[in-house]
Order: sequence, then structure tokens, then C-alpha cells
Amino acid sequence: MDLITQGTGMNMQYVLDIIYLFASVTFVIGLKMLSHPATARRGNLIACAGMSAAIIGTILIHDNKVQPIIYTLILSAIGLGTIAGWLTAKKVQMTKMPELVSIFNGMGGACAALISLIEFQHMSHEVALSLPEDGGNMMMQLIETFKNLAQQGGMGHTAKLAMIMAGLVIGSVSFAGSIIAWAKLNGTLNKPIRLPQYNIINNALMLGLFVYAFLIVNGNVEGIMHVYMLFVAALLYGVMFVLPIGGADMPVVISLLNSFTGLAAACGGFMYNNKAMLTGGILVGSAGTLLTLVMCKAMNRPLSNVIFGAFGAGTKAAGEGRELSGSIKEISITDAAVLMNYSKKVIIVPGYGLAVAQAQHVIHELETILEERGVEVKYAIHPVAGRMPGHMNVLLAESNVSYDKLVEMEEINPEFANTDVVLVVGANDVVNPAAHNDSASPIFGMPILDVENAKNIIVNKRSMNAGYAGIENELFYNPKNSMLFGDAKSALTKLVSELKAMD
Amino acid sequence: MESIINFIGSNIQMFYIVILMIFVGIEVIGKVPAVLHTPLMSGANAIHGVVIIGAIYVMLHTDPDKILPLVLGFLAVVLGTLNVVGGFVVTDRMLEMFKKKK
Repeated sequence: MDLITQGTGMNMQYVLDIIYLFASVTFVIGLKMLSHPATARRGNLIACAGMSAAIIGTILIHDNKVQPIIYTLILSAIGLGTIAGWLTAKKVQMTKMPELVSIFNGMGGACAALISLIEFQHMSHEVALSLPEDGGNMMMQLIETFKNLAQQGGMGHTAKLAMIMAGLVIGSVSFAGSIIAWAKLNGTLNKPIRLPQYNIINNALMLGLFVYAFLIVNGNVEGIMHVYMLFVAALLYGVMFVLPIGGADMPVVISLLNSFTGLAAACGGFMYNNKAMLTGGILVGSAGTLLTLVMCKAMNRPLSNVIFGAFGAGTKAAGEGRELSGSIKEISITDAAVLMNYSKKVIIVPGYGLAVAQAQHVIHELETILEERGVEVKYAIHPVAGRMPGHMNVLLAESNVSYDKLVEMEEINPEFANTDVVLVVGANDVVNPAAHNDSASPIFGMPILDVENAKNIIVNKRSMNAGYAGIENELFYNPKNSMLFGDAKSALTKLVSELKAMD
Repeated sequence: MESIINFIGSNIQMFYIVILMIFVGIEVIGKVPAVLHTPLMSGANAIHGVVIIGAIYVMLHTDPDKILPLVLGFLAVVLGTLNVVGGFVVTDRMLEMFKKKK
């Protein structure tokens, strides 16, 4: 394939390369700006501009003749995707954001996998054309040709085939995994499902994928059927990979799958010698991996522990091993209102329950009323509260809670000692003292919000069920603690009207 | 072994990009406050939508008479667009709420 030089004498391929260079730079700058609150929004737009330029450039500048039908298909596909993506992204509720990110991530993975499937067919086709039509041992000749080409330098066919397979496997795993993660966050699949010995099965499956992909690349097995089987096997692995992991770990999983999709995109970059795909993919792959590790660190668990799931295994033993003693106290709405009304300082600890109940607006109302009465109100944000890091910040920002009221864990922990009331809304594991005192607990060692130090604790929960990690919380048995049962939204609404009535 | 060396040698620029980008990715994300973790993840999610370029490229080189690759390619472009558009719009929506309130 020769590069076209259009009448002007300007090499259009260079123009495209420069567009890709521009796109790569916008990705880096965009991501950089996304890491600072003041510039974040502009950063997103800059990356978006680079992406648009790259897409338009790819459509307009290419080195072969393209029939109009292809253009029509490409443009209608982009139109369809744009409308669907735009509407979904605009309409979805803020509480559903984590699910949505997971879905969009899955789409990217599926895209990478499909590219690999088609590219494999293209490749076999190209080689078939260059070979005599004896059919018989075509695949072996194909491999021979690949090897010869590889030795001639450039992106050899074996290497290209390896990239195709890598893109296929990583993309499929990311797609299937994201769909399962979505279903888990959605509540469709809210229990971890574990086959007996699932770790061994999963690792065997992963090893199998590697070996199978290697055999295909190496030419030991022939034909497109094997590629489809590899595709199915990779999908299966994606499902099996996420299925045993509990809902509480989904943020980590999504972040990890995000970096997988980045790698799949980078494989495409290698395949086509496309620097924009390569930079974007690797950038996300590395940043995503770091983000995953940061999240694991916040939970004080190594990544291997999340993936190979000691969480479930250890949990039962811990729950059974430690008998929680004492009684649970309940508090009425009126008592809770009085207690808070006459406090000097109240700290609210939001959790996933707040998001589920859509109670972010009511809680802001509660905060406003208390502030009007001269009570100091702050929110304590645990790094892994909710289903994604920063989930609570996004949620509370939606209801216009002021920035400086959201205090991160390290900063707020010393403040609990001079706090009159801590109101825990729909959070559980992030305030479980077992993280400090029960070495048998699966969350032992995880940094938590030290709400125990406050004078009074009110926990709003729907029932006495254990949290997402599935472990008992001894905080509930603390004499300073009282339970306010009920759905977060209705309980808080009642609390607000009670407070209003007390004026 | 020979083919691996050939592969790396003939794509040495790509390998430089890979290595440098790994460090850039780590550097860029390094000091992000927890508040921005979700938008950042979402923004990164949109950026890996760059895979759509591959999908378009594949479509441009597909023989219009072949139905299966055409259908798969069409699907790939739709999915890639969903990733890009959805990713950027969701990120923007999240960040819109982070505007300074006074």
C-alpha cells in the first residue's frame, strides 16, 4: 500500500500523522487537567476535541479507494452511537453513574474484540490471495509467509497476528467483565457467585487462553473456527473473572477493566502502527492500573486479594468466630431530631445506601436546616464509600452541597472526638471498628472513619443485614450508638419535617 | 527468539512510546484528589474510546461485498462511538456539578 500524494504535493498521510500527534497530546494534557478540580472540565473538553479531530481525520484521509456505501455505513454507525450514547449519558441519574461507566467501558472492549475478529479475516484473505489456490495446507503456508515477512522487518505478520489475538482476548474479557460488573452494581446480580474451587478454575482458564492464543499465533492450530472459540473462551473468562467478586469491590474491578480496555486499544495501535491509539491506550492502561492500586490501598488490601477473592472465604469464619455481644438500641425520629437540633457539631457519613435511596437532596436539606440553627455540619468522605471512588462527592455535588463541607478521611478522623452526633447514612463497612480490633475480620487493617470517638452515633439503615462485605458491624452494639431504621430518603424526610416543626 | 528481536527492533519507536506513556500515565494521575477519582476514571474511559479509529480503519478497508465483516465493522463503530460520546458526556456532566459554588 503506497501512501497517496494528492495533487498539491502534500503528503496527506503526514497530515493524518500530525492530527494523531495532536490527539495524543490532547489526551495527555486532558488527563493532566482532569486531575485538578479547577481545570478538570476543560481538560475533558480538550481530550474530546483531540478525539474528534482524530476520528474526522481517519475518515477523510486514507490511502485506498472507498465505495460510497462504506462511508454511508460509517457515518450512520457514528450517528447511531452518538445519539444513543448522548441520550443515555444525559438522561441517567447521578446514582447510576458507576454502572454507566462500566457499560461504556464494555463497549470499548467489545469494539476492540470485533476489530480483531475482522482483521483476522482480512489477514487470512490477503495471504490467501497471494498464495496458489491449492487450499490444502493453506494455514501452514500462511504462517510460513508470516515468518518470512517478520524477518524482513516492519510489522511482521506473526507479530500482527499476536496483536490481533491479544486485542481479541483483552477486549473480550473487558467486555464480558464490564457487563457482569454492571449487572452487579445494578442489583441484578447482587450476590457473589462462586463455583467450588473457582480460583483454580479461573486460573486454569486464563492459562488455557494464553496457550490457545499462542497455538493460534504459532500456527499449531488452523482456521477461523479456533479464533471464534478463543473469542468465546475469553468472554467466558471475563464472566468468571468478575462473578466471584463481591459488589463492594466493583470500583476496583471497573478501574481494572478500564485499564484492560486501554491495553486492547493499544494492541490496535500496534496492529495499525497508529500512534494515537497506542498513546491513548497505554496512557489509560497505565493510569487505570495506578488508580486501581490507589483504590486497593484505600481498602488496605492487595490487588491479588480482590481478584482471587479471599474476601468471601475469610468472611464466614470471621462472622462465626466472633460472637457480638450487647444489645441494639433504636432511636425514634423525634429523638434523633432533638439530639441533632441541640448539637454543636454534626458529621454526616454517607454511603451507598444514600445513593440507592436517592437521598442526596434530602440530606442537603437536613444540612441546611441544621446550619440555620447554628449547628456545624460536615460530611466525612471515606475513599471507598459508595461503589466508586469519589462516588459520594459526585452524588453530593449534584444536590449542591458545598465543596468545603466534604472532608476526606485523614482530615476528619481527629474531629470525631469533639463531635456531638455522627449520622451514618447507608454506610457500613467504612465505619466498622472490626477493621481496627478484629484481626480475623476480612477488613482488618482497612482505614476507617473513627466514628466511635463521637459522643453519639446514629446509624440509618434499612435493616440489620450485613453490609456489602457481608460482615457484622460491632459498631451497632456500641452503647453510644442507636439505630434509625428505614429507607434513607423517607427517614431523612421525616427527620427534616420534624426539625422544621421544632422551630 | 530471532522473531522477537526483529519485532522489537523494527518497532522500536512504538516501544519507546509504550515505555514513556506508562510513566506519563503514572505521573499525570499521581496527585489526583479522591474527589476527582470518578470523573478521572470516566475521562480515561472516554480516552480509550480511541479504539474507534481502528474500527473506522477496518471499515475503510473492508470489501463492501462481504456481509459479515461489514456487519461486524458497523457494530464496532457503533460501540466505539458509544464509548467515546458516552464517556465524554458523562464526564462533563459529573464535572459540571463541581463548579465553584458561591
